[in-house]
Amino acid sequence: MNWINIKRVSKAGFISFWRNGMTSLSAVLVMFISLFIVTSLVLGSALSQSIIDMLKEKVDINVYFKTNVTEEDILALQEKISTLPEVKDVSYTSKEEALEGFKERHKDNSLILSSLDELKDNPLGAVLSIKAKEPSQYEGIAKFLEEDGVSISSDGSGIIDKVNFYQNKLVIDRLSKLIAATEKIGFSISLVFAIIAIIVTLNTMQLAIYTSREEISVMRLVGAGNWYIRGPFIVSGIMSGFLASLLVLIVFYPITIWVGSRTADFLAGINLFNYYTQNFFEIAIITMGVGILLGGISALLSVRRYLHI
Amino acid sequence: MIYIENLTKKYSDKTLALDDVSLGVERGEFVTIVGHSGAGKTTILKMITAEEIPSQGKVFFESTNVHDLRRGEIPKYRRKIGVVFQDNRLIPNKTAYENIAFAMEAAGRSDHEIVADVPEILKLVGLDNKLWNFPHELSGGERQRVSIARAVINQPELIIADEPTGNLDPINTFDVIGLFKKINEMGTTVILTTHNKGVVDLIGNRVVTVEKGKIIRDDKEGKYVL
Repeated sequence: MNWINIKRVSKAGFISFWRNGMTSLSAVLVMFISLFIVTSLVLGSALSQSIIDMLKEKVDINVYFKTNVTEEDILALQEKISTLPEVKDVSYTSKEEALEGFKERHKDNSLILSSLDELKDNPLGAVLSIKAKEPSQYEGIAKFLEEDGVSISSDGSGIIDKVNFYQNKLVIDRLSKLIAATEKIGFSISLVFAIIAIIVTLNTMQLAIYTSREEISVMRLVGAGNWYIRGPFIVSGIMSGFLASLLVLIVFYPITIWVGSRTADFLAGINLFNYYTQNFFEIAIITMGVGILLGGISALLSVRRYLHI
Repeated sequence: MIYIENLTKKYSDKTLALDDVSLGVERGEFVTIVGHSGAGKTTILKMITAEEIPSQGKVFFESTNVHDLRRGEIPKYRRKIGVVFQDNRLIPNKTAYENIAFAMEAAGRSDHEIVADVPEILKLVGLDNKLWNFPHELSGGERQRVSIARAVINQPELIIADEPTGNLDPINTFDVIGLFKKINEMGTTVILTTHNKGVVDLIGNRVVTVEKGKIIRDDKEGKYVL
């Protein structure tokens, strides 16, 4: 197909899109619904992903050390832990910092503060906060800490007072299960809806092109090549997809404002509208890409059956 | 030019559309095929345009066996033939001009040629004031003239016309047949079907009579006997 044919085919596609007004409009509307679903799914899964990430960020396990352990031993252990592949981050809180934090948290409670003053020594031990890459990995990290030789100081005694993994185990387990389930269910729902969207679009295109079957047979008899016949239909299909995706992107603007203002509290501070505008470029590319592909491919598949004459 | 050899067409429900038909058409001839509806006239034409595949027998266009052509070669082959139908089959959402331009575009002609030739041919069929009308804005006779213009625009070697006057009144019939005669006089071979005695008399050339899928007469001078 040379340049002049591409020009002619695109022009014919544009003209027939315009002249078949109602048919084109219905194709755009159906594609709009399909793309609306697709974009909602993309937005929904991105949003749930960021909620999950945020929750993951809140989960960690703390290793509390005995008060008599030297800082060197703790830092040596921190070094060891941070080499584990599952570990994302280990942060060290010294005895003094732990005390400061404790005082800060209870600054309104004079009873606690005064009883703290009664004590000469700092009763708090140092703490290592460990963050894993995945919540399911905490168990492995906790086991590692229990292994012989890992948490023994230079003089041979144990240095760890306690690991709060076992207190948090229930929450961590539930969260890992929830995340795994959300991802699985989200993926299945997206797949089902995407298939429905494709089938509905394909059917509409087929109806639109069905009305042109006579036209196609005439084109064949005039001696037009297959690509010359298909071309304009594909161009029209792409136009429907493009217009529908534009509509979706516009409509999502007020929708995300409305939904965002009502769910920001519940979604722990993530505002849907901000999310939409910040990621607009990616969302626009996905929506338009899906729209153009959906329109073009369903037109291609629909014309095919009338090209057999 | 066209050589049909022992052509038989059976449909899946075992109806016999053509039964051992042989027919030769020379370059420059004007052949009228007559017969009742369902006699097999249209099937013969569809065999020549490779729309139908024979159950037995062969169709040659010059030395090409039409049904040996590969799918990709058929569009090119069809450009050698101009086709006119009873119901004109214009593309409804294209204007008269665009319908003819489409046939030229399909044949790979340049924009320059299209701009020059389309108004010329529409003038020739008497529609130079209807260039930009859509088919539904034209009368039956006008539509048929557009369809003839489309058939001849690429200077085909052969024109096939299937009941081109079937939907027309006597005056339009006269005009349209006049156009075909003019096309034939300029050297293009024409094969036309009809069941209208008046049309046969008007043409006055070779007449082939088909009945129940067989050729029962082949007269040098126009005669309608059925």
